[in-house]
Amino acid sequence: MSKELEPLSDPGLPEHIHRRADTDPIAAKRAEQQVAILFSLSALGTVLFIYSFFFVKEDVFIFLPILGNTNAHQLGIGLGMAAGLFFIGIGAVHWAKTLMPDQEVIAQRHEFKSEPEDRDAFVKAAKEGAEVAGLGRRPLIKRTLIGAAALAGLPAVFMLRDLGPLPGKELEKTNWKSGTRLVTDPGDRPIKASDLEVGAVAQVLPELLPGQKRTLEDIGKDAVLLIRLRPAEFQLDEERLSWTHEGIIAFSKICSHMGCAVALYEQTTKHLLCPCHQSTFDVTRAAKVIFGPAARPLPQLAITVDAEGNLIAKQPFTEAVGPSFWERSS
Amino acid sequence: MKFISKYRRHKFATPLLLVIALSALGFTFSAATAAPASNSMSASAKSTLVEEGQTIFLKGCSSCHGLNAEGGAVAPSLIGVGAASVDFQVGTGRMPMQDMSQQAMRKKPVYNEEQTAALAAYVASLAPGPASLKNEEITWERDGNTADGGELFRNNCAMCHNFAGQGGALTQGKYAPTLMGVEPKHIYEAMITGPQSMPVFSDKIITPQEKLSIIKWIKAAESEPNLGGASLGRVGPVTEGLLIWVFGLGLLIGIAVWLTAKAR
Repeated sequence: MSKELEPLSDPGLPEHIHRRADTDPIAAKRAEQQVAILFSLSALGTVLFIYSFFFVKEDVFIFLPILGNTNAHQLGIGLGMAAGLFFIGIGAVHWAKTLMPDQEVIAQRHEFKSEPEDRDAFVKAAKEGAEVAGLGRRPLIKRTLIGAAALAGLPAVFMLRDLGPLPGKELEKTNWKSGTRLVTDPGDRPIKASDLEVGAVAQVLPELLPGQKRTLEDIGKDAVLLIRLRPAEFQLDEERLSWTHEGIIAFSKICSHMGCAVALYEQTTKHLLCPCHQSTFDVTRAAKVIFGPAARPLPQLAITVDAEGNLIAKQPFTEAVGPSFWERSS
Repeated sequence: MKFISKYRRHKFATPLLLVIALSALGFTFSAATAAPASNSMSASAKSTLVEEGQTIFLKGCSSCHGLNAEGGAVAPSLIGVGAASVDFQVGTGRMPMQDMSQQAMRKKPVYNEEQTAALAAYVASLAPGPASLKNEEITWERDGNTADGGELFRNNCAMCHNFAGQGGALTQGKYAPTLMGVEPKHIYEAMITGPQSMPVFSDKIITPQEKLSIIKWIKAAESEPNLGGASLGRVGPVTEGLLIWVFGLGLLIGIAVWLTAKAR
């Protein structure tokens, strides 16, 4: 091939430029001192670590600008360890960059395949080993080994099975039944309508039946927020209005977006916010979503009072509470 | 008794008896009214307090809240909000507001304690409402339970005021203020009156004893030392993330640039 047809000529290695420390002994001496200083700083850091660990009391606080009052014990340990490790690294790199040889070296690649003699020797050794172990002569050992190895894989299958079964209708059910009393969370005290002033809120859960226990999973589905407004402030349809009681309205506290506890209630705007992703629900319009990523209003719990005047659920939730899931029917 | 029978027809007997009877009547009356005397005093003092409060109100508050505290286009009615509400709003410097922005900010109170008490007395005289409290009445140290308070706080307060009581954002520039360094009576008054965006926490829903527990927890959080080093505002991933992304990553980028730079 002629030289004119070559699209790119091999530029070769760039010209080696010597560093100042390679040619100037004073610069080399200075670089050496710099590396030594960095290593010494590392040593000081380690000493600071040990000193802080043993001799700085844990209740000593020092004031640092921006950071404020900071625990001296922890600060000394942290800074000491950071300096101890950081300056060793910095020193080593500075040493390598300024003083260690930086001549470009060409290392040729070679074949990865082993020599033929070595390969033959390995095959021979493996065959001899199998012969001595007597796998071919002792079928009992061979079969039980295969059986054991196959069984050993089974637990993995069981463990994967633990991902199921699918929840089915479980997620749609809560502990709210028709007539379940609303009780304060925490405290488990029944609530009368007169207990709530206009503008008041209450975190409530369904009352426990005797012998019943409440799990975190239950609270995760049952948590409800009671809010009292002036009845005139509602803009609800007939049915939803009948679900309220004297201005008291109840919503599931579990966000329909990702299931955070929606309880950030602004009394002035009557807006209910989710602290996780700022979904905003309008309480006066049955928790209609007015901002944010939530796709559905919060489920409303129909409430009324029993003979003693305590607030009770009129009926269970009419839809699944919380975020969407594959099997959700509504 | 001979003495009486001997002198009962004396000419001075009747005037003397009259004097004795009248004095007795007078002393009995003054003794009987001795205790309520201070009451009637304080009643009159109260009415002067109300008058004083009304004067301050007309000067400082009525331009927004109306001449009779009936409220206006920019400010709510104060009828029935009670002395507690006034003590909180004026005592923390939130009212009078600095400007017409979304948030009534906590600042140095404009009115001193007596003036605040007068204003509270005036507003309380309009219609009954929650009474204001004194710090001595809030016996959180004695009656509160920090663990209960923590549970109540996480359930009722943390969503707005942050899990460590540092405050947090609401909508359209409003925010829930930090609870650090707030007087116990102001925390209590806020819970019973529901100032600004905050809802009311009724005494039946969170009992007075539970309210003291919440205050005790807040005070415990306030004095919690930062054993792990700098607190970074105790707002969680926001400042921690900012620090690590800006300074941590910045440092790493700087090191990477230095590592690959050729020494001269």
